[in-house]
Amino acid sequence: MTAPAPPAKRPLLGLSVERRYPLIYKPAVFLASLAPLAWMVCGLFGWFGCSDGVDPVKFLELRCGKTALNFIMLTLMITPVRELARLPHLIRLRRMLGLFAFFYVLLHFTVYAVLDLDLNWRMVGADIVKRPYITVGFTALLLLIPLAVTSTNRMMRRLGRRWSRLHRLIYLIAALGVWHFYWEEKIDEGTPLKYAAVLAVLLGYRVVRSARVRRGIAGRMRALSGRPERKKTLACDTQRSA
Amino acid sequence: MRTRIPRIASSQITPPEVYFGRRAFLAGALAAGATATFGRAHAAIVPGRAGAPLAYTYDAAESVGALVHAPDQNETPNTWYQITNYNNYYEFGTSKTDPAEYAGRLQTRPWSITVAGEAEHTGTFALEDFLKPYALEERTYRFRCVEAWSMVIPWVGIPLATMLKRFKPTSRAKYVAFESVYRPSQMRGQRAPILQWPYREGLRIDEAMNPLAFMVVGLYGRVLPNQNGAPLRLIVPWKYGFKGIKAIVRIAFTETQPPTTWNQARPNYYGFYANVNPDVPTPGWSQRTEVRIGNPFFHQRQPTLMFNGYGEEVAYLYQGMNLRRYF
Repeated sequence: MTAPAPPAKRPLLGLSVERRYPLIYKPAVFLASLAPLAWMVCGLFGWFGCSDGVDPVKFLELRCGKTALNFIMLTLMITPVRELARLPHLIRLRRMLGLFAFFYVLLHFTVYAVLDLDLNWRMVGADIVKRPYITVGFTALLLLIPLAVTSTNRMMRRLGRRWSRLHRLIYLIAALGVWHFYWEEKIDEGTPLKYAAVLAVLLGYRVVRSARVRRGIAGRMRALSGRPERKKTLACDTQRSA
Repeated sequence: MRTRIPRIASSQITPPEVYFGRRAFLAGALAAGATATFGRAHAAIVPGRAGAPLAYTYDAAESVGALVHAPDQNETPNTWYQITNYNNYYEFGTSKTDPAEYAGRLQTRPWSITVAGEAEHTGTFALEDFLKPYALEERTYRFRCVEAWSMVIPWVGIPLATMLKRFKPTSRAKYVAFESVYRPSQMRGQRAPILQWPYREGLRIDEAMNPLAFMVVGLYGRVLPNQNGAPLRLIVPWKYGFKGIKAIVRIAFTETQPPTTWNQARPNYYGFYANVNPDVPTPGWSQRTEVRIGNPFFHQRQPTLMFNGYGEEVAYLYQGMNLRRYF
């Protein structure tokens, strides 16, 4: 499924696809990822006709949470999109999107603890212990920490294969995030269910693919009786060394 | 994105005579440390656009309103903008801003109200005839939502007891049931089965006859905007906001406890009584504190008071009742 990087035919601005990522795509995605924050800040101060509404704290809390969930979904979309659309270089945007997800999760928690609960740690603690949906959300936050810490090139090299195994935690984190959202809803679960559907498709894609890969491997094993490498690892390795 | 919040001082929105009248009244009430008598203003509710001044003569010297004071609370009334742009009114959508956006579609004239059940006088009345016999009062009440936020709101209306007594409920009338309008063509939220439409609420007859229970037709001295429940809504200040049914079309005196919408939707979350009670958490969240809308950052929360601070007036209704069971 993973095609080798197509050679850059028409260089954009005279840049090869290799150079376009650091010089154009990454900065653009970085700025776009800050847009939700900029929007919230503008609303807070009433700049450019924006408003965070009558209860800005609740607004910020929900918006940060939703934005975090959006970024988690985006990171999970990278693999299917790069494989189906044959855009292998997209992998280079994934780390940034993942770190933005972490950033918005932290912001979500900060708004909740500092602004909503006025930094009353006893209340925060009681919520985390007593309210199942907050327990679930907080667990997702904790699980994101090792992923963020091991997102550097050095950690990737140091952990090697264990790195991808560790980072598969994102599947669990995404599920916890959607679950947290679902439980938080008072009665209208429409939006959380939409997130759940998207997540089901994204995770389902991986299940189907890994089943196929396994079947493919088994077939080749029989044919070559050799030790084939796993496709996914191959693709990542190519990208990382590129 | 919506337009920025206009920081309107309440003095700008409220007719000045009303505004200053209330201030004077408040000072008096605080000094007396008690509920004062309710001023009266004569009511002739004319078909008016939401937000238009209510057509009743107003005597500033006579003054209006009653604020039952609770110590250690910030009791500044919320602004017109806050009260009319942050509403739970699922008939128009589940977001807080949906009602302000979509409630304009609801046609509140002509409007009729049916009174039925265990009473001597029953029938269907045009809104104007229904309201004509009563004097309007202004009452500033704390409003506590079950979602743990609160406001302070200067309503205009009629005590529920005054309204109900006119129909002479019989001794079999143990409860009062209220029903909202069902008009999916004008209320887009009713097209989805989020709740069982039409919205229904109810009170025990002695709760309904408590002087604090209030039927609202106005806000800040003006005709009630649609998003706040025009043309006629209930306010029961010692209970969670969802008891305050909006756009009422039917009032029935019943012998048995009527079904109520949120209670039917999630009986373990929302009880029939729904008295504000910091000691009984809703399964999803605590009711111990509340966010007062408009409070500055870092001082959002304040403790929630038993019966929303109206215990002196209403606690007798629940003597000997286990309020954890009858929540």
